[in-house]
Amino acid sequence: MTDNGQVKIRTERLNLHYGAFHALKDVDMAVPPRMITSIIGPSGCGKSTLLRCLNRMNDLIGTARVTGRILLDGKDILAGGTAMTSLRRRVGMVFQRPNPFPLSVFDNVSYGPRVHGELDRRRLAGIVESALRATGLWETLKDRLNEHALSLSPEQQQRLCISRLVAVEPEVLLMDEPCSALDPIATGHVEDLMKNLAQNYTIVIVTHNMQQAARVSDVTAFMYLGRLIESGPTKDIFVKPKEKQTEDYITGRFG
Amino acid sequence: MRILLEREIDRLKKLILGMSAEVESEVHTACNALLQRDDKTAQALIDDVDKVDTMELDVEEECLKILALHQPVAADLRYIVSVMKINRDLERISDIAVHMAERTLKIFAEPDLLLPAQLSDMSVRVQAMLKKVLDAFVRLDVEAARNVCMADSEVDTLNREVLRQVKEGVLRKPEQFDALLQVMHVSRHLERIADHATNIAEDLIYMVEGRIVRHSPEVSDKG
Ligand SMILES: Nc1ncnc2c1ncn2[C@@H]1O[C@H](COP(=O)(O)OP(=O)(O)OP(=O)(O)O)[C@@H](O)[C@H]1O
Ligand SMILES: [Mg+2]
Repeated sequence: MTDNGQVKIRTERLNLHYGAFHALKDVDMAVPPRMITSIIGPSGCGKSTLLRCLNRMNDLIGTARVTGRILLDGKDILAGGTAMTSLRRRVGMVFQRPNPFPLSVFDNVSYGPRVHGELDRRRLAGIVESALRATGLWETLKDRLNEHALSLSPEQQQRLCISRLVAVEPEVLLMDEPCSALDPIATGHVEDLMKNLAQNYTIVIVTHNMQQAARVSDVTAFMYLGRLIESGPTKDIFVKPKEKQTEDYITGRFG
Repeated sequence: MRILLEREIDRLKKLILGMSAEVESEVHTACNALLQRDDKTAQALIDDVDKVDTMELDVEEECLKILALHQPVAADLRYIVSVMKINRDLERISDIAVHMAERTLKIFAEPDLLLPAQLSDMSVRVQAMLKKVLDAFVRLDVEAARNVCMADSEVDTLNREVLRQVKEGVLRKPEQFDALLQVMHVSRHLERIADHATNIAEDLIYMVEGRIVRHSPEVSDKG
C-alpha cells in the first residue's frame, strides 16, 4: 500500500446490509498511518457507509448489519466488548455541514475532554489553545473564546469542528465531504490544514471533488456499487489506473 | 464534460496529424534534394522555414489550454503530455531537415564529390522509421513503436560507416575537405532524425502503457 507497508486500519471482507440492501460488498481496504486516504466514486456507491463503519457510526442505524473485520492497529473493532466511547475518541468524524454545538467556542472545543473526565479549568484551557492552534484558529479566536460558535464563518466553523476532535487526541480523522459547504478559498485553507494534520493523524476523506482527492490525498480508493474496485498511491490512480472502471470514472466516461 | 474534452482532443489530434504530415514531407524533400542534387528544392525548403514553427506553437497552445481548462487525468493526461513531447520532436526534426538542405547546397559547391553510398541507404531507413512511428502514433500501435526503437541502431551503424568514408576521402582528396565535412554533418543530421523518431516511439509506448521506457534496456540498444 505505502512504501513501508504500514497499515493503521484494515478492513477484511467487510459487508454491510441495510435491511435487504447489500451496500458494501467484500471490501478489503488498507489505510496507511499518518497519511490522507481519499475515497471516491459515484453517488450511492457506499463511500459514506464505508467511512461510518470505521468508527461504527452505522450501529446507530437500526437496519444496518455488518460482517467481516475492521482492524484498528490490528485489533478488530467489530469484536464484542469494544468500548464505543474509546473507539469514537480514537476515530473521530467531521461532517459535510459544519455542526458546532450551540455553545461558546471554548465549550465546543473543551466538550470532548470534559466528557472524558478532564475537569481542571487550567488544563482545559491548555487543551483548547493547542487544539485551536492545530487548526489555525488560535490567533483569530483567542480573544473571542466566549463567542457563540454559530457566529463564526462556515470555514471557521468547520475548523472548529476539527479542533473539537483534535482536543480529545484522536488517532484517525474521518471526513465526509468536509469542504462541500465551503467556497474555493476556504476549501483551499481546509485542504492545507488537512495536509498539516496528516503529520500527526491518519485521515480518511470522502470527496466528490476528484481534483481535491488528487491534490490532497496520498492514497486513493475507488468504489463502485458497494465494491472497492481499486486503491493505490494517488499519483498512480490519476496517471495510470489499473482497472478500466477506475479509468472510466476519473476521465468522466461513466454512465 | 467528457464530450467537451473529447472535442478538444479531436481538434488537437488533427493539428498534430497535420504537423506530422508536414514534417514527414520536409524530411522527404531534404533527402531527395541531397540524393538527386536538386538545389532548387533545397532552397525552397530553406525558404519555407516558418511553417512548422507556427504549427508547433498552435499545438502547444492547444495542449496548455486543455490542461488548464479540463484538467485531464489518466489516459487523457498521458495523451496530452505525449503530444507535447512529440510536438517538440517534430519541430526539431523540421529544423534538422532545413539544416540538411543548407548543408546540401554547400555540398553541391563541389561538383566532383561522390556521396558515400550508405547515405542513400540511411535516408531510406530514416524516412521509413519516421513514417512508421507517425503511423503507429495514429493507430496507437505499440509493437510498431518498439520496432522503430530497434531500427535506431542500424542507422547508427551506417552513420559510423559514412564517417569512416569521409575520413578516407579527406586523406585521398584534401581539396574536397569542406564538402566532405558537410557530408559528415548531413549523415549526423539523419542520425539525429532517427533519434527523434525513437523518442516519439518511446513517448507513444508511455502514452499507451503508462510506463516510461526511455533509458530502459528493453527498447534501446544504445547502452
Ligand atoms: N440508512 C440507510 N438505509 C438504507 N439504505 C441506505 C442507508 N444509507 C445509505 N443507504 C443506501 O446505501 C447506498 C450507499 O449509500 P452511501 O450514503 O454510503 O453512498 P455514498 O457513496 O456516500 O453516496 P453520496 O456520494 O451520494 O454521498 C445507497 O444506495 C444508499 O441509498
Ligand atoms: Mg456520502
